[in-house]
Amino acid sequence: MRHLLSTADLTRGEAIRILDTAAQMAATQSREIKKLPTLRGRTVVNLFFEDSTRTRISFETAAKRLSADVINFSAKGSSVSKGESLKDTALTLQAMGADAVVIRHQASGAPHTLAHAGWVDSAVVNAGDGMHQHPTQALLDAYTMRRHLTGGGTGEGQDLAGVRVAIVGDVLHSRVARSNVQLLHTLGAHVTLVAPPTLVPVGVEAWPCEVSFHLDEVLVDQRPDAVMMLRVQRERMSSAGGGFFPSPLEYTRGYGLDARRLGMLSERAIVMHPGPMNRGLEISAEAADSPRAVIVEQVANGVAVRMAVLYLLLAGDVTQDSQQDKAGQ
Amino acid sequence: MTSGPGLPPDSTPDTPSASADAGTTEVLGATEISRALTRIAHEILERNKGGADVVLLGVPTRGVPLARRLASRLVAVEPGLDVGALVGTLDVTMHRDDLHRQPPRAIGRTELPEGGIDDRVVVLVDDVLFSGRTIRAALDAISDVGRPRAVQLAALVDRGHRELPIRPDFVGKNLPTSLSERVSVLVEEIDGCDAVLIGPGGPGRGEPGGGAR
Amino acid sequence: MEAGAVTTAGTTDRYLLRGVAPLGGERVDMLLAGGVIERIAPEGTLWSDGDAQVVDGAGLVALPGLVDLHTHLREPGREDAETIRSGTRAAAAGGFTAVHAMANTTPVQDTAGVVEQVWRIGAEAGWVDVRPVGAVTVGLDGEHLAELGSMAHSAARVRVFSDDGRCVSDPILMRRALEYVKAFDGVVAQHAQEPRLTEGAQMNEGVVSAEIGLAGWPAVAEEAIIARDVLLAEHVGSRLHVCHLSTAGSVDLVRWAKGRGIDVTAEVTPHHLLLTDDLARGYDPRYKVNPPLRTAADVEAVREGLADGTIDVVATDHAPHTREDKDCEWAAAAFGMTGLETALSVVQHTMVDTGRMTWVDVARVLSSTPARIGRIDTGPHAHGRPLDVGEPANITLVDPSAVRTVVPTEQHTASANSPFGGRELPGRVVATFLRGRATVLDGAPVDGGGAS
Repeated sequence: MRHLLSTADLTRGEAIRILDTAAQMAATQSREIKKLPTLRGRTVVNLFFEDSTRTRISFETAAKRLSADVINFSAKGSSVSKGESLKDTALTLQAMGADAVVIRHQASGAPHTLAHAGWVDSAVVNAGDGMHQHPTQALLDAYTMRRHLTGGGTGEGQDLAGVRVAIVGDVLHSRVARSNVQLLHTLGAHVTLVAPPTLVPVGVEAWPCEVSFHLDEVLVDQRPDAVMMLRVQRERMSSAGGGFFPSPLEYTRGYGLDARRLGMLSERAIVMHPGPMNRGLEISAEAADSPRAVIVEQVANGVAVRMAVLYLLLAGDVTQDSQQDKAGQ
Repeated sequence: MTSGPGLPPDSTPDTPSASADAGTTEVLGATEISRALTRIAHEILERNKGGADVVLLGVPTRGVPLARRLASRLVAVEPGLDVGALVGTLDVTMHRDDLHRQPPRAIGRTELPEGGIDDRVVVLVDDVLFSGRTIRAALDAISDVGRPRAVQLAALVDRGHRELPIRPDFVGKNLPTSLSERVSVLVEEIDGCDAVLIGPGGPGRGEPGGGAR
Repeated sequence: MEAGAVTTAGTTDRYLLRGVAPLGGERVDMLLAGGVIERIAPEGTLWSDGDAQVVDGAGLVALPGLVDLHTHLREPGREDAETIRSGTRAAAAGGFTAVHAMANTTPVQDTAGVVEQVWRIGAEAGWVDVRPVGAVTVGLDGEHLAELGSMAHSAARVRVFSDDGRCVSDPILMRRALEYVKAFDGVVAQHAQEPRLTEGAQMNEGVVSAEIGLAGWPAVAEEAIIARDVLLAEHVGSRLHVCHLSTAGSVDLVRWAKGRGIDVTAEVTPHHLLLTDDLARGYDPRYKVNPPLRTAADVEAVREGLADGTIDVVATDHAPHTREDKDCEWAAAAFGMTGLETALSVVQHTMVDTGRMTWVDVARVLSSTPARIGRIDTGPHAHGRPLDVGEPANITLVDPSAVRTVVPTEQHTASANSPFGGRELPGRVVATFLRGRATVLDGAPVDGGGAS
């Protein structure tokens, strides 16, 4: 693994390896001394073209727990039409000697371009690009599911075979949905996307999942083990925002996870949300605060997963890596 | 565990086929290993005036079963000891100084016995003692998880070529080797049999610091 | 100045093309003199009188000089991407003798003054005849009709009008334009793109866009406009030209419209004949173009449409861009790709070598029909004429057996955004003659041969 750009690039073996490594990282995080010397002398740059305090802090924590030097580079305003180009920013980071660049960008594919244009030698970690991918989010989601749904412990070495997952909400604009569909499929889970038809992309038929427009039916028929609620932006309802649904109220009625739907879930089902939540829109307070909700745990697991990713990208000589990847499958 | 410069990473278990290789000789068999472990167990009890304060921490991968075997021998001698409080594992991967020279290593488990290691005597257990770098990493790892009263070192084989001022307290066998040779420890729990093998190294082997023990 | 007057200087040039195959047929000797084809005789029967330069035409196919209905020369305004001189030199190298220069320059070609300037600079450059396209609306803003009549009656004698890059989406404005150009036998060349359906669009909407998360440009946004426009053209009895048609549905619509007798013509670009949206997966902005690369099924449909005559012409939509406009993330990159120097090769590769078309068809889709649509097929400066004695000597010689690997930086266009870089393509333009004067010989532009 040279970069982490998309969950579509991960084999089952690689994905499990990341999750297993994350489990060990998580174990170190329950200690009094949480900091490890592993990435001492390495420099991780958080290059954020889009605001995301949560994701940045998570990556920053992960890097610091591994003793890497962290540089936060907020390039917001370096937007498409004005300011410094991605290329010039990249060349700047290269000159600073970044070992890894964690990039969040509003343009789909920007991390791919950064990794492959020859501007930098660094490892590139996609921290969310446009509507494309957010691989560490999917990995932390898978990690959380594995902990809760595969019986005992952290589920080391295991995949998610047989686990049923419903991903509900704005699939069209969601990099979280895209990353999760691909990773969960690779790990053997069964995914159903649930959304109003306006928020399902044309071309979804090629995705390895089912699609439904009816949340209640899915909850009854599929008995999902995990229900992942996606953030819905209120502005999507306005005509300027695309007019994807008539009103927040109608959205909530059709696709919100409220107390009634919470009651329909099976005994072991968990409720997930990548955050930040719109309480009262896609998820009610009852659901968000219920014992089934693992939303806060997802945040903690995010640090462990990102530690694992940084470890696997930076701690070894990745040029020697390919053979081991093959052996690991 | 194979010990030789440029060895494969811990995550790749060695197969016991080493004995089939041309030029490989068995220097310890199951009986000798068992005898050595029994002797080390006695030495640990003797040095520490009993096993009450002792915690055996095995260094993954093959130090772990060796530590368990030592623990059961300690209990056999001092039936009052509780195996659960006596043995654990200590992963040192994240404290290694040679990470960048290898493919990324799988991280092993760290499991401390109930009661932790504070104010106890930790005996690190490893299969082969070589450059000393693993033990250096282990000392750092220990300081992250507690503050033992003392740390001692037990190794089944000491093959020499130290690169750091580290020496073992308990040794199963001193095995003078050349740098070009390769020492492999096989244990029943992982490899299906007990043996210590010595043979010629593969091509391209460098100095012992290259990730070897 | 009389139209085309400056480009008649080559009339003293004499060339003997020995053993060329007009439209891939029987080999002949052909004497070019006085700017026209003076003689055609069986192979080996014409001899140089010592005055004529002999061109060995063995193995070469002779085509009427190619005519591009859709070229962006970028001047005035973006001379950093292309100039009229560099773009027309590239056109000559690609076998063209006439190009229609699109209106989206800065300032926009929406007045007689600007189109005359473009026409004059083109004429002075001398590589090909530059026929400016006039904007349909002032500033391409889609609000008010530009002075189409003034442009038509200017020295540039504009006949093709287009807001290319933007769609004339307002139906009443489109109706007026279609009606108005009838007065001077003009044609509206529509960039068919429903703007509301394509807000923020980055690539074809489908399986690939869904996966890689780029905003989709649905086929229906093109087809809806074409459907509306052919009905408008029928209603007002006007001529309509559809630019760079790219979808299977568009082919069906044009086929249906022609079946009804509607006066519509359509063009397809070389890149839509060959490339698919799968290429977007690597986020390489070289493959970002408008309309976007479509699916393999669409590629098959446009090939079929071109072969059966539904699609009338191949036009390059040559769209040079500077490096900084392509050396960036996909969303920030400009739409467009160069094409003048690869068009003939792509047509040979996709249509001739596959057996779907002959060289006669190539001459039709790359020369005679585009010339007729642009109304430059008559008079002393006519293009797209048959290769007959007495016709203007606008001739392209191509070696169909040659194979080359495209190296964008070695092309004559000032920009390197070719989507075919690294690809092996068949066919090589060996020589181009503009009214009997060689603009390209031995595969290279004749330096000083442009300007006369």
